[in-house]
Amino acid sequence: MKNLKVNLGIAMLVIVSLTAVSCKNNNEEGNVDRSGMDHENMSEGSEMMEGGEQTSENMSGSENQDSQTGIIVNDYMELKNALVADNSEGAAQAGESLVAAFENFNMSGYEAAERQELTEIIESAKEHADHISYSDMAHQREHFELMSIDMVDMLAITGSPERLYQQFCPMYNNKKGAIWLSTSEEIRNPYFGQNMLSCGEVQKEI
Amino acid sequence: MKFLKIIGLILLVAFVGIQFIPTNRNHSDYIPKSDFTEIYEVPENINTILQTSCYDCHSNNTNYPWYNKIQPFTWYLNDHIEKGKADLNFSEFGEYSSRRQRSKLRSISSQVKDGEMPLQSYTLVHWDAKLSDKEKEEFTVWMDSLAMEVR
Repeated sequence: MKNLKVNLGIAMLVIVSLTAVSCKNNNEEGNVDRSGMDHENMSEGSEMMEGGEQTSENMSGSENQDSQTGIIVNDYMELKNALVADNSEGAAQAGESLVAAFENFNMSGYEAAERQELTEIIESAKEHADHISYSDMAHQREHFELMSIDMVDMLAITGSPERLYQQFCPMYNNKKGAIWLSTSEEIRNPYFGQNMLSCGEVQKEI
Repeated sequence: MKFLKIIGLILLVAFVGIQFIPTNRNHSDYIPKSDFTEIYEVPENINTILQTSCYDCHSNNTNYPWYNKIQPFTWYLNDHIEKGKADLNFSEFGEYSSRRQRSKLRSISSQVKDGEMPLQSYTLVHWDAKLSDKEKEEFTVWMDSLAMEVR
């Protein structure tokens, strides 16, 4: 009987230690910079005004709130701004809204070939948004990069509801480089956050 | 002391009891057409890594360890496998769109590079699944080059 107890004890120890190891991966999210940056205040306004050169960042509200592409672009910009601010929690929230926005995307207005393409793009983008909603910052940025490519491809079909700038960071991803979209021409790099805020260049306007 | 005995007895009964709860095994004898190794030409060294370090949780065929037959390990393992397959299933890789394949290849490479995969809890028991720096390098370089090819 005593032997059995010892065995049971060992079994329990093993279980507990296994559980502890598997949980470790989820604990990194805790380190979130909450420097009072309410991500909603940071959503960039639409730059639809004539000239389009304004770089004011804190305008809230957009004429495109209603269009489904507009919602996705707005959520994407919130995500991008959170990453610029090294705000992992804000990015996670934006990721969650993006999942919903992609889920609600209605493709009925598109032709069959476009629908097929859009389905694949949105499936992929939604998966990235989902990962962003629960991952640590490094992962959020990895998925953000891939999602940015999806966004460009999506907007090529749907058209952009506002003027966007495709920007490029040559250093991310082992110097292979990565793109992102912004409503403003000014560079605010989402891949390295506060470390390298103004590193990058505008590639083209969308 | 009597108290301890009762607790021990309860635990023992529970432990024996849960052994009778049936669970589905993630096992398949044939390799589907959509399997990663069917749609791509995978060199031998990469294939070995895939089979020993990845396929247990990321395919429809798990090479179960002996303790899998003992609860609660079965639950623990099955939970892992289910989650692993939801994120990446090499058996169904061919069914992913090429866009999704590209992004999976990128994620595979970066997770292995960062040492996040294979999971520590997995290599703790499967010593042979642990990747050396050289294996990691070969694996990620190959996955990266494949990611560039997939169009």
